[in-house]
Amino acid sequence: MLRLACRVLLLATTATIFTISPATAGGNGVTQTPSIFAPAATPAYATRELTWIVFVITGAIFLVVAGLTVYAIMRFRRRQGDDGREPPQVYGSLQIELAWTVVPILIVVVLFLVTTRYIFAIEGRPPVPEALEVTIVGHQWWWEIRYPKLGIVTANELHVPVSDPAHPTPTFITLQSADVIHSFWIPQLAGKMDVVPNKTNRIWIDPQKAGGYVGQCAEFCGLQHAGMLLIVAVQSKEDFAKWAAQQRAPARNDAEVQAGRELFSSLSCINCHAVRGTAANGLFGPDLTHLMSRSTIGAGVIQNTPENIRSWIDDPASLKPGALMPAMKLSREDLDKVTAYLLALR
Amino acid sequence: MSVLADTMASGRGAGAHRPWLAVLHDWVVTVDHKRLGVMYVVSGLVFLAVAGLEASAMRVQLAWSGLHIVPPATFNQLFTMHGTTMVFLVGIPIVFGFANYLVPLMIGARDLAFPRLNAFGFWAFLFGGLLLYFSVLGGEGLYGGGSAPAVGWFAYAPLTGRAFSPGNSTDYWNLSILVMGFGTVATSINLIVTTLVMRCPGMTLGRLPVYVWMMLVVSGMTVIALPPLSAAQIMLLLDRFLGAHFFDTQAGGSAVMWQHFFWFFGHPEVYILMVPGFAFVSEIIPVFSRKVIFGYPMVVAASMAIGLLSMSVWAHHMFAVGMGAPLNAAFAASTMLIAVPTGIKIFNWVATMYGGRIRFATPMLFACAFIFQFLCAGLTGIMLAVVPFNWQVTDSYFVVAHFHYVLVGSLVFTIFGAIYYWFPKVTGRLLSERLGRWHFWLFVVGFNVTFLPMHWLGMMGMPRRIYTYPADRGWDFWNLVASLGVLFQGAAILVFLVNVVLALRRGERAGNDPWDAWTLEWSTGSPPPPYNFETVPAVGSRRPLWDLKHPDDPDGPHE
Repeated sequence: MLRLACRVLLLATTATIFTISPATAGGNGVTQTPSIFAPAATPAYATRELTWIVFVITGAIFLVVAGLTVYAIMRFRRRQGDDGREPPQVYGSLQIELAWTVVPILIVVVLFLVTTRYIFAIEGRPPVPEALEVTIVGHQWWWEIRYPKLGIVTANELHVPVSDPAHPTPTFITLQSADVIHSFWIPQLAGKMDVVPNKTNRIWIDPQKAGGYVGQCAEFCGLQHAGMLLIVAVQSKEDFAKWAAQQRAPARNDAEVQAGRELFSSLSCINCHAVRGTAANGLFGPDLTHLMSRSTIGAGVIQNTPENIRSWIDDPASLKPGALMPAMKLSREDLDKVTAYLLALR
Repeated sequence: MSVLADTMASGRGAGAHRPWLAVLHDWVVTVDHKRLGVMYVVSGLVFLAVAGLEASAMRVQLAWSGLHIVPPATFNQLFTMHGTTMVFLVGIPIVFGFANYLVPLMIGARDLAFPRLNAFGFWAFLFGGLLLYFSVLGGEGLYGGGSAPAVGWFAYAPLTGRAFSPGNSTDYWNLSILVMGFGTVATSINLIVTTLVMRCPGMTLGRLPVYVWMMLVVSGMTVIALPPLSAAQIMLLLDRFLGAHFFDTQAGGSAVMWQHFFWFFGHPEVYILMVPGFAFVSEIIPVFSRKVIFGYPMVVAASMAIGLLSMSVWAHHMFAVGMGAPLNAAFAASTMLIAVPTGIKIFNWVATMYGGRIRFATPMLFACAFIFQFLCAGLTGIMLAVVPFNWQVTDSYFVVAHFHYVLVGSLVFTIFGAIYYWFPKVTGRLLSERLGRWHFWLFVVGFNVTFLPMHWLGMMGMPRRIYTYPADRGWDFWNLVASLGVLFQGAAILVFLVNVVLALRRGERAGNDPWDAWTLEWSTGSPPPPYNFETVPAVGSRRPLWDLKHPDDPDGPHE
């Protein structure tokens, strides 16, 4: 009986998991569900392991209690031809009540000990010297990403090297907020950590498979909370080094882009945006030094294409209602020039 | 409307029609606990319809990825108003409305201890609620068009600060809940005093009906948990109007402190809403199983344990805030522990049914569905106490599913059960059983179709409070299913309305005691006269009407 119950439970949960983790392949047009059952880093693996344990325990409780209830309902319903007499009145039973108090307490103790072990294993991990340090600053409604030791500043696309379980090179992330509370969540890599103003939080990941992982802000942060997406690009060590070198390079600044750069510098763009090596050193919006190396704009709401860039500069609200960047109200020629300049920032 | 007229005229020795203005005047100036109770529940149901429509609009917008039906600003206002309304304008008034009506009747008293304070509590609630909805017109004040608050029902700092919430929308949220909070605390104090000093002869504390015990616990929790919220709201007012910096992070304030204040109220609040649900089924299940409640002392003790433990679990809403491992573990422990007394209650209800002769009238159907759905809610609650799992699914649709299994699958189901059970007492008419069954099955199907898939969505990485989502996430199908479930729920509510209207017009007369029940309210008229009992009753056990009906086998010796 018990074995049968376990088998049914296992079958049911497997079916559920199957439906909720259909595919993890990245890329355009392909479904990429950030399921917690498709982990790719130690914290997410550990959580999945613990989730299974909890599913089995709670599933068993469900079967027992729901089974008893169904039995009571079926067995003791009033039937046709009931004589209308009252059933025997049972006022209680000390032994039975003691049993159903003590057994749950024991279950809770076991569950608590298991949980605590996993809490400390995940939260208590100290940084190692090989770890990559990243600082992520939440803004309404985008992510600022800084690599203090590498001198890189970018946005909305976190690049990290893959971590070999034999020789882990984890990434330790410092989370800060520039305005309200946000929450950092890449389900396949780790659980959430809130991004709280005036408080510095830390979280770590060690992705073991290269690829793209999606996530988004998980704490309501105002009008465009839904439009605050984040991509984590996990790259081989060589690819990551190549990417880092490219990001470290100063912004393109040759004669070809000079006119565009001068126009850009004369506009209010530079109050909010930075292009390293130019007069533009604003901090309110994303760093544009290597804008074209990113796959999306507007914190993931649209693809990074020339047309989208142009429309964004013209009126961000048409693509992301409520975005804090104002419509720039440029003449058609100026719009083309600024767009051309940004397209050159590879 | 004849029944309402009966209700209003009853005890005045007049069946004659009175002018409507006089009737209205009677209701406005009344201090009768029964009328106030009815007004609480009816206003709560009206707000339930409003908040239900708000939710439906959200489900339309979320039915598929990338829809542009509800604009983002409106969507954020919708979930703020939906949550605030459901908790403060539906849950609290309905559970306290029932308590208003039932507690004096069940303990053989003629009214609450402080009838005028009771009226104050009701009007504070009603005007607080109207103030909240006035924001739709007046939220931006002189700035221009109206706007409802859009900070979420939890109103996390610093999003509520002047810098991020200009205009007055947030102030409407703040002030309306502050006003309602005072009313609710007043009513709780009233219930506590009434229960402690107004019981009829023979009604010792050990003989209180389980419902009254549980409402005593609920009132105690309210008196302890609500003032911290009011305090935090006053601090927020100071921040917004006098330049204080309690929650102003740009000036060194603390965003986390608001969360501690809010959840120190917010989690007991869940039990303030849910224990009355337990109280309803603890009356309904024994009567329809024809058996005394199994283990009365244990049921009462478990309620008190829930009341005490509920004060120690609040930070399980904050596992992702970065409190550190030791605090996270401590709150995991207290949260798991509270599952024990809660589980005990389920066992007691099932044991009450076991060996009974269960009659599946509509109240019992709702009570049975409640047991299964509350079991699910409780088990997902235990899962959420497992901190690493919580890190994954907090602020995701898994949590949305979990607390809707608590507040709809459990609380609203028990409220409907209670309405079917006590409607005959209040109006003197029975609701139709046939329509009741339609209501029940449509609601069971609709509820589960809407909220069960949200568990999967959460584990598939879908966060809460987003007005749209990208097409490549694979969330479309289950969102569509969830949205379709709303149709069934809406149909169920319509059937319920029809049932109520038909019953009021030409429902079957109920008589004093249609369910063959055992508590004192069934010994007086339906509806009861304003003075409740002609002579103050005297009781000798927990089930005075059982004793009357079975003089050969009274309860007394068994207690």
